[in-house]
Amino acid sequence: MQILRTVLLRLLTTTITLAGVAVIVFFVIRVVPGNPIAMMLPPGATDADIARLSALYGLDKPIVSQFGIWLAGVMQGDFGTSITTRQPVLDLVLGRLPATLELSVMALVMAVIIGGVAAITGTRGRGTRTEGAIDVANGMALSVPDFLWGLVLMLVFGVLFPIFHISGRVTPSLELPFVTNFYLFESLIRLRFDLWADLVAHMFMPALALAIPLAAIIGQLLKQSLKETMNLDYVTLARTKGYGETHVILHEALRNAVLPTLTLVGVQFTFLIGGTVIIERLFSYEGLGNMAIDAVINRDLPLIQGIVILFAVIFTAVNLIVDLAYAVLNPRLRHA
Amino acid sequence: MLDARSMIHRRAGLRLWLSALWLGALTLATLLAPWIAPHDPLAQDLFLGRMPPFWVAGSEPGYWLGTDSLGRDVLSRLLHGARVALVVALVAGGITCLIGATLGLLAGFLRGWVDMVISRLIDIWMAFPPVLFSILLIAVLGPSLTSIIIAIVVIDWTRFARVVRAEAMAQGAMDYVASARVAGRGRVGTMLREILPNVLPTIVVLLTLEMGIAVIVEAILSFVNLSISTDDPTWGGMISEGRTSIHQAWWVLVFPLIALFLTVLAFSQLGEGLKDRFDPVLR
Repeated sequence: MQILRTVLLRLLTTTITLAGVAVIVFFVIRVVPGNPIAMMLPPGATDADIARLSALYGLDKPIVSQFGIWLAGVMQGDFGTSITTRQPVLDLVLGRLPATLELSVMALVMAVIIGGVAAITGTRGRGTRTEGAIDVANGMALSVPDFLWGLVLMLVFGVLFPIFHISGRVTPSLELPFVTNFYLFESLIRLRFDLWADLVAHMFMPALALAIPLAAIIGQLLKQSLKETMNLDYVTLARTKGYGETHVILHEALRNAVLPTLTLVGVQFTFLIGGTVIIERLFSYEGLGNMAIDAVINRDLPLIQGIVILFAVIFTAVNLIVDLAYAVLNPRLRHA
Repeated sequence: MLDARSMIHRRAGLRLWLSALWLGALTLATLLAPWIAPHDPLAQDLFLGRMPPFWVAGSEPGYWLGTDSLGRDVLSRLLHGARVALVVALVAGGITCLIGATLGLLAGFLRGWVDMVISRLIDIWMAFPPVLFSILLIAVLGPSLTSIIIAIVVIDWTRFARVVRAEAMAQGAMDYVASARVAGRGRVGTMLREILPNVLPTIVVLLTLEMGIAVIVEAILSFVNLSISTDDPTWGGMISEGRTSIHQAWWVLVFPLIALFLTVLAFSQLGEGLKDRFDPVLR
């Protein structure tokens, strides 16, 4: 019963949040100076042309009724038509979404691996120089944001030791047999490891840049809870049975120490997804964020709206899943 | 135990000194830029384009850190760019702190409908991708220093509001607050005289972090060419330019990157150091 009530309450607040986002983004971008219609037409277009096209995009109506029309469309899955490309916003956005999702998930996996290894190594060597070194590295990784890490990586692995590609998602000259836009996933399924390697060589640096700050958070928090768990009686018991330190950490302590980190990772994951906007721009990676910045520069109002709403839906969905997962995983809440 | 404590103190002390040193140098650069910069940061000389820094063969005397593709002096641009960075850090950081902390304090202490409204607003704000939101705001407001500051304040107030709200709530539940109320302090008095001093250390740490973030946001906006006018030297603008000539002239990218890196690190280490100083358990 308790869980059902929590779920309903969360769904309600989520709806309010999304409605708030929709209202704010709609009205904020109507204040953008510069007439998007005038930018679409070739020079020499008459006022009548502008008026006709404005009417076509519904831009001649009062703002409130524009909002009503747009909202009614959104409810039916119609996000309008992009002004610059004249394609449906939903198609454009869904076409780019897989690239951003693959990048985010890749970054998350990297962060979990790096952070996990750092935490376990730090716990093994607690009180020694190893732990001190890991703490310093964590501190650095945490205070410098993804944008700067991206630039540093670009200089090191793109210019100094040119191992990885510094721009794009895939080498343009390659022929792609893909039917979906989940290139990385599909290349694995089709056993095209040559394409997979090319995709990873493009994705490695942007993903790592996004992963570094999150890895530091995971490393720090997981190490802290591992160290606390290592002092518990049952861990001492496991140790007296003769198991080695690494075995004790991996098989006994980890399971109990991981819950606080897990919930934090959920919230931080939304920050990571938000970071893709500038990281995609930096590495010219053809995802949603890069398209969003172009949309702002081109004053493509319907497209901006669609992208912001999609980001908001992703963020709130991740938060919702984390909350529910926490309720299910945490035994104290489950039996309440 | 005592040993560990003095270790932490020493490390915190070192961190504080190093970050204060860098930020002090930055402040000096900001104030003295017109006098110590060897060249006019805007002066172009196409015959001197992409000159490497002094230790690399082929460098031009007098241009210590080299020149960019338009022949502008990197060192002079760096010094002048520090002005924008520092102004944004102080002004945007300060205003964000003031507004965010006030709202957080009100929500956490007054609870009720005030808390409900502010918490819903925080939820809505957290659902926006911050970088995209700031780019959108600059597009609305038009690129200028004021717009950048407004964008940072509008987007980042939640960083303060969330943390201060939780902290104020925790403090509000403590006995000393109840006894202050029993002793006849009003609600506002309790909030300002009892809760605020106890939340202040957290606010100060958040403020130093926010200053670092503000510098980065300015750099990001310059990077997408939406900061102040493209002529004025900013670190982000220099990075944006350096990104395009990364293979021909790495120094155009490297020096502003180092400056940004150290500045962000200094602000956050200042915060960490202050946190250790404030922490009553360690003290």
